[in-house]
Amino acid sequence: MNIVVCIKQVPANDKVEIDKESGTLKRMGAESKINPYDLFAIETALQIKEKLGGVVTAITMGPSQCAEMMKDVFSMGVDKGVIISDKKFAGADVLATSYTLSQGISAIGKADVIICGKQTTDGDTAQVGPSIAEHLHIPHIAWVNEIVDINEREIVVRQNFESFSQVSKMEYPALITVEKDINVPRLPSYKLMKESKGKEPIFLSFEDMPDKDLSRYGLVGSPTVVEKIFPPNPDIKQVYIEGENKDKQIFDILKEKKFVQGV
Amino acid sequence: MPFPYNKVLDEDIKKIISVTDEKRVFVGDEIREEFYHDEMPEYGMYAPEVYVEAISTKEVSEIMKLCYKRNIPVTVRGAGTGLAGGATCKYGGIMLSIMQMNKIYEVDKENMSITVQPGALLCDVADVVSQAGLFYPPDPGERTASIGGTVITNAGGMKAVRYGVTRDYVRCLEAVLPDGEIVRFSSNVVKNTTGFDIKDLVVGSEGTLCVVTEITLKLIMPPKISRTLVMAFDEIEPCIETVPKLLQQAFIPTAIEFLERELLEIVERCLNKPFPVVEGKSFLIVMYDANNQEEMDFCIERACNLAIEMGALDVKICNTQERIASVWSVRASILEGMKADSDAQEECDVVVPRAKIAEFVKSAKKIGQKYSIRVIVCGHAGDGNIHTELLRQNLSDEVWEKNTKECLRELYQKSKELGGQLSGEHGIGNGRIEQFEEFIGQRIYKLHKDIKLAFDEKLILNPGKVIEVEHYDK
Repeated sequence: MNIVVCIKQVPANDKVEIDKESGTLKRMGAESKINPYDLFAIETALQIKEKLGGVVTAITMGPSQCAEMMKDVFSMGVDKGVIISDKKFAGADVLATSYTLSQGISAIGKADVIICGKQTTDGDTAQVGPSIAEHLHIPHIAWVNEIVDINEREIVVRQNFESFSQVSKMEYPALITVEKDINVPRLPSYKLMKESKGKEPIFLSFEDMPDKDLSRYGLVGSPTVVEKIFPPNPDIKQVYIEGENKDKQIFDILKEKKFVQGV
Repeated sequence: MPFPYNKVLDEDIKKIISVTDEKRVFVGDEIREEFYHDEMPEYGMYAPEVYVEAISTKEVSEIMKLCYKRNIPVTVRGAGTGLAGGATCKYGGIMLSIMQMNKIYEVDKENMSITVQPGALLCDVADVVSQAGLFYPPDPGERTASIGGTVITNAGGMKAVRYGVTRDYVRCLEAVLPDGEIVRFSSNVVKNTTGFDIKDLVVGSEGTLCVVTEITLKLIMPPKISRTLVMAFDEIEPCIETVPKLLQQAFIPTAIEFLERELLEIVERCLNKPFPVVEGKSFLIVMYDANNQEEMDFCIERACNLAIEMGALDVKICNTQERIASVWSVRASILEGMKADSDAQEECDVVVPRAKIAEFVKSAKKIGQKYSIRVIVCGHAGDGNIHTELLRQNLSDEVWEKNTKECLRELYQKSKELGGQLSGEHGIGNGRIEQFEEFIGQRIYKLHKDIKLAFDEKLILNPGKVIEVEHYDK
């Protein structure tokens, strides 16, 4: 079994600065971590490997600093790491990112199952996973809650929706994105960390992509334009209401703030 | 026999209302049953005659003046999250809630301190402090405790290994004495040799000496990075024996918690919270704080190597908020899990010298077996405060009661023998009052009584807790 997990490095906390000119997150210098949703994808992959054997490869698109994240997933038990990195890929939106990842997956060989997290904590679109599958022309199921059954040929999964559950079967190659409740991701192991010391991820650049049409990558290949991105204004104030007529005082505040109208 | 207290009469209630507000005074059946007990109803359920919510120091003072004059017992109540049966009206009287006195004043950055009213919740105080870029370290498991409750019980918690306990963070107090006089203990200073340190005596006095109405707390700079390690062992001995070795390292861990698989299974089964580590039977959860990554990496490597040398199967590293939360949320659910799993529990909160932790843990298991009681040992291994949980399993009421009593007696005896103490952080309250005198001896017990009488010669504050004073002599 060749299991490929798509992962992404995201800011480690929610206090991220935004570049006012480009409207993108300032990633340089900020502390980063693996997208928390991707940990469920990695755990799913490792459990499949434990059951059926095979190789788990983690793939990401991003700057060379992603090597740090690869060390982290190696110490969870991931076998191989692939970083797709090239200045030509910068500024990619969902379409260009998913295309680049699909090209990267094609470049490294055959993938039976591709697993993605439900979404990322920075982009939050939840579209990259299914888009990869569309570019690769393979079946896909998003937001999987349970792997019901799996063997060398096919995978059976359950999705829980508000009023019903759906169980579906797909033959390989196929892609799933997994929900956060699907399992309890294992923690990085110190022993595996030591064992994987010296293990390096493979770097792929534009030159390694099977499709060399530049118009499909990076900013050029991105039809989405973010007009404006800004952090919500944190405006929490505490006031103490004392003395007589507390109800009236509260009412006056609410009225002034226009939380109550027409009175 | 306690001092013959007066019952609260209608005219007393009228007077209380006249100094407070009738909307905040509840009588008899109007008082909800949750105020009859704290988190350990096993340590006594007592109905207050009157329940009053005070909103100012002046109100507290007026109520105390009245009760002092009329010989009516007063028990001060915070959030009711105690584990010793402390905040209950054992001899009736008035339950005085300070939960509406919950102001959090601005952080004093120059003095690195914050002043709060006792009813503010610990979690809210910690948040305000954190938003100001500072840190209030005491962290007993119960974050919704009132800050006043944590001060009056000298709450500990797992971070005591590195940061100490609540007492270490109390700069000064405003309090109301039993006769209603408003006083201050110490001031916002870092050191003080002006007479006896009464402030430190009041901290941990369990509401028996005075009513705390305002608290100034010391704050520190927060650590920049925090990481948690899970050390998994197959056997209990090497696991516990690793604790003193970790403490001898160059970096002091923030917390060292000991857990067994048996307890984790209870939490998973009852609360559906699985532990993210599948291998091993005994665990140490070790937290480290550091100011930079190099320091942290060095300290993690040393700690992990040590654990492996001691026989750990592996060490898991929690290096993100989510991973850290996945471990600590299970740890935080233990009490709840045990309550869901067993129809009766008893808890022994002994603290032993760190060098004796392994010996106590081994003995506790043996003592439990002797009385057919399931004994689970867990908790703050880093400071020797090993919580020993006694869970009922298929025992009749009679046998359970008899056996727990005997079992506890032996556990306390063992703690004493090893140079330990009766309670590490939950306090004496009503739950451990029977064992207290025997444990500390007559002379020290008498000293406790004399101190109580020096503050409260009419014995009206939280009577029948910590110590029993049979009579008072005018």
